[in-house]
Amino acid sequence: MEQVGAPRAQAPGRASSARSDSPTVQSSAVAVDHLTKRFGDRVAFEDVSFRVGHGEVFGFLGPNGAGKTTTVRTLGTLLAPTSGAATVAGIELRPENGPAIRSRISIMPESPGLYLRLTVAENLECFARLYRLADRRERIERALRAVNLTDRANDLCRSLSKGLRQRTALARALLNDPAVLFLDEPTSGLDPVATREVHELIAALKERGVTIFLTTHRLEEAERLCDRVAILNTTMRLVGRPDELRARLFKSSLEVRLRSELTGAAAALGGVPGIEGWEAQPPSSYLLNVSDPDAVAPDVARALVHAGADICSMTETRHSLEDVYLELVDEDVEARRR
Amino acid sequence: MSFSWARVAAIFEKELRDYRRNRFVVIFTMSVLPLIFVAVPIVSLFSIKVSVTNAKLETSIGRSLLYLLILPAIIPSVLSAYSVVGEREQGTLEPLLTTPIHSEEFLIGKALAAFLPAVAVAYAIFGIFLGAAAAFAHPAVVSAVFERNHLLTQLLFTPLLAGWSIWVGIAVSTRVSDLRAAQQLSVFASLPPVAIVALFSFNVITPSLGLALGLATALLAIDGLAWRVVAAMFDREQLVSGTRS
Ligand SMILES: Nc1ncnc2c1ncn2[C@@H]1O[C@H](COP(=O)(O)OP(=O)(O)O)[C@@H](O)[C@H]1O
Ligand SMILES: [Mg+2]
Repeated sequence: MEQVGAPRAQAPGRASSARSDSPTVQSSAVAVDHLTKRFGDRVAFEDVSFRVGHGEVFGFLGPNGAGKTTTVRTLGTLLAPTSGAATVAGIELRPENGPAIRSRISIMPESPGLYLRLTVAENLECFARLYRLADRRERIERALRAVNLTDRANDLCRSLSKGLRQRTALARALLNDPAVLFLDEPTSGLDPVATREVHELIAALKERGVTIFLTTHRLEEAERLCDRVAILNTTMRLVGRPDELRARLFKSSLEVRLRSELTGAAAALGGVPGIEGWEAQPPSSYLLNVSDPDAVAPDVARALVHAGADICSMTETRHSLEDVYLELVDEDVEARRR
Repeated sequence: MSFSWARVAAIFEKELRDYRRNRFVVIFTMSVLPLIFVAVPIVSLFSIKVSVTNAKLETSIGRSLLYLLILPAIIPSVLSAYSVVGEREQGTLEPLLTTPIHSEEFLIGKALAAFLPAVAVAYAIFGIFLGAAAAFAHPAVVSAVFERNHLLTQLLFTPLLAGWSIWVGIAVSTRVSDLRAAQQLSVFASLPPVAIVALFSFNVITPSLGLALGLATALLAIDGLAWRVVAAMFDREQLVSGTRS
């Protein structure tokens, strides 16, 4: 199976949405080029490049220790990159631009990090002042409304459940109307109900056109919420729309089951363009590797019928993103063992 | 993106709010500790025999006043030791540092939040001490306590000692990853300047106004230097990534 090398932009192709094309540096909310971060000899992430378009929900998917949090911290100017370049919210990532970048983005870290002895409103008030927002009161109200927490404004954070704390942290991250909202594993440690609430909130933000950079180790989360997904495991493995990722890493396959074995199978299948390989699965099935099942299936049917076969069924095998992901991660494990 | 007092105020007020709802701060640091430190000098004031020599009287009062000066050294060192480690333990340091706040704003907000309450408590305790002395002590003792040099020493050195303790406490707090260790180290490091003042209180150095002012100026310069060192030492990257190790 092939690994994806540079350039790491996703394949062009049948994508109809403009979003799926990599935005240029100027048009992107985040542009990252060959960024690397090391802690001493330990590599947190290496040679990472990608673009996030305005209004896009960009997923950063990878197992624990893949470098997701470090990437977020680096783009958020908390850590200095070891090498490489990046532009965040239109501002070049350089030490002197730290405050300017930080005022235009916000980060919701893995743990909410609230002042537990302060109320929800007091927590937001403190941050609204740090952002020097003129219309603090309205901003706080709006942020609370966005996460459905208006009625808990005066509760001490200590008394809130984990899910509500996460929502408070999300409200805090919305205060400054960020050009890019970084969400670092926003649902980690939440129960399914709280997770669904956070998913709904993120979907609502997406509707409003907020640019979101979301890290997660949960496949279904990335698949469900993101316009595009990057798979990271210290280096960048793949970037693309969830469906493209599937298409790129795995050839789709068609499984054809006949009433009985076909003696001239090789001749019949060999004449069909679009079949990249096939194998017989006794007694009378055939597994065909194809890149575009929809285009190939009618030709296959015609060729087989022409060769005198009785077709019982023809099924397309789909791969979920999980297959892609596990395949990548497994490969890493194997590579490390060597 | 320049220095903003509004952000300093945001940190300061958040900090005070947090103290007020923190039992350890309210009960121990702001109540029990000061009461211990005022009870001992008052008791010793009453136990001075009127018949003693002038020199003995001076020494005794010097000791009481010195004892009172430990307070402005210790209270802020306990508070400021908490300043960075405390945020880190709560996980609030990272969100805080992702706002456009400058290191100086963060540090000054934190320092003021330790300085003002500590100095207020120390002055209040000194006031209680003076009040108790005036009301109940022997007139000879009273006049010795209320001597100009004594008053000046207390008023002047209270904020200066607090300043030193705060910068040392914050410095320790940025480098140590455990809250208890930070507090112990910080209290310990807050005491050397008190020792210098001790020489003065016990007449090892002959007290004079000029000398007091000279010492105060030196301490002020040290405080200023400590602030610059702490500001230079403040390293976001180390603070954020230090959470792991
Ligand atoms: N402050 C640090 N010092 C040393 N190594 C670190 C530090 N932060 C992260 N790392 C290492 O960098 C790698 C990536 O970590 P991280 O970004 O937290 O991964 P993720 O968020 O994807 O789980 C890990 O191997 C981790 O041990
Ligand atoms: Mg992480």
